[in-house]
Amino acid sequence: MIVVVDYGVGNIASVLNMLKRVGAKAKASNSREDIEQADKLILPGVGAFDAGMQTLRSSGLIEVLNEQVLNKHKPVMGVCLGSQMLGNGSEEGNEPGLGWIDMDIVRFEKRDGRKVPHMGWNEVNPQLQHPILTGIDKESRFYFVHSYYMLPRHAENTLLTANYDQQFTAAVVKDNIFGFQFHPEKSHKFGMQLFKNFVELI
Amino acid sequence: MVRRRVIPCLLLKDRGLVKTVKFKEPKYVGDPINAIRIFNEKEVDELVLLDIEASRLNREPNYELIAEVAGECFMPICYGGGIKTLEHAEKVFSLGIEKIAINTAALDDLSLIRQIADKFGSQSVVGSMDCRKGFWSGYSVYSENGTKDTKRQPVEWAQELEAAGVGEIFLNSVDRDGTQKGFDISLVESVVSQVHVPVIACGGAGSTTDLIDLFDRTGVSAVAAGSLFVFHGKHRAVLISYPDINVLNAG
Repeated sequence: MIVVVDYGVGNIASVLNMLKRVGAKAKASNSREDIEQADKLILPGVGAFDAGMQTLRSSGLIEVLNEQVLNKHKPVMGVCLGSQMLGNGSEEGNEPGLGWIDMDIVRFEKRDGRKVPHMGWNEVNPQLQHPILTGIDKESRFYFVHSYYMLPRHAENTLLTANYDQQFTAAVVKDNIFGFQFHPEKSHKFGMQLFKNFVELI
Repeated sequence: MVRRRVIPCLLLKDRGLVKTVKFKEPKYVGDPINAIRIFNEKEVDELVLLDIEASRLNREPNYELIAEVAGECFMPICYGGGIKTLEHAEKVFSLGIEKIAINTAALDDLSLIRQIADKFGSQSVVGSMDCRKGFWSGYSVYSENGTKDTKRQPVEWAQELEAAGVGEIFLNSVDRDGTQKGFDISLVESVVSQVHVPVIACGGAGSTTDLIDLFDRTGVSAVAAGSLFVFHGKHRAVLISYPDINVLNAG
């Protein structure tokens, strides 16, 4: 059973919809027991960093998530803001992140002709060989909506990069922890493939 | 680089999909769920779904239909029509829609945009505006489905929407709607050049060349079209189509 952590912020319905499409057993929940019993976890999220972290903290789930992810090594996938929350903190606010991956979240500088937020479909460049990227190549495209991006302090945590007038990290990995800046649940067959890979991870 | 975004814009009336000309003469083109399934198979970049009579009839969004639509969509979808309060917006988001277009309600009270942006982020709110060119004067923003002149200038209104917190602007030309005579390039460029958020231009697309032309000539972030993707041939037979993304991104 995959549990989509329902802490009150995020695109839960779309994520569940995609999991259902790839044939996974999944449910949304904010219960400690469900999270303890889950095989895998998904951390969704949209909106502002501080609001997301505060909501997650007030849900009282951080402790159980730390336990399941860091000690029990359950695969976890952060999506969009949920991915940024895996880091240390963000220029967008003052709240500390979960600190699972050593990275900072920084803002796209305003440059001539570059609109922020970065919104739309981008191709990605795999930086590592990893089972989560089965069937994903340079032709795969994903839907992005974000004004801030992940800046890992260690190159080995960068799973995918993309280009928006500059190269930036589009996905991160560390052991059992995955983070996708884009919205795989809204990225047609490419996103479907990623979810399938996550579901099939051992 | 980010790919050129091309967005089918679908209009809802009752439970049917319609297409208008200059915001009038809604012609039934089919069942929305069926159409959306086809657009999903064609892997379109995004969809915009607008209920064109919800605001006028003062009714809330059709949540049941929206849920059904969201269940078929594996691409981003923006819904507009009849959203007047934060509660309406929350309900639509909870169904799996990631963007909400606000048009009439913003003209009544801009604070709704700020409320939605604060809770769900700017990227989730699209400021939708319908513009017409005056007979003597310049462009003006219209409310109530293109019937009432608000006497606002499009550039100023777009800037107000941006300041209020929208993450995107959906710029509609009432004059070009359904005509397939090409985009109103000067309207699009005037707005694009004066705001920092992405602009989606809609109204007038008659061919893939029109889409490419608008991208080449303006800083527009996305183009939307209705007739181009639902009609085929000079007799306007209903046939859903979508251009090859590689053609659009070749230039």
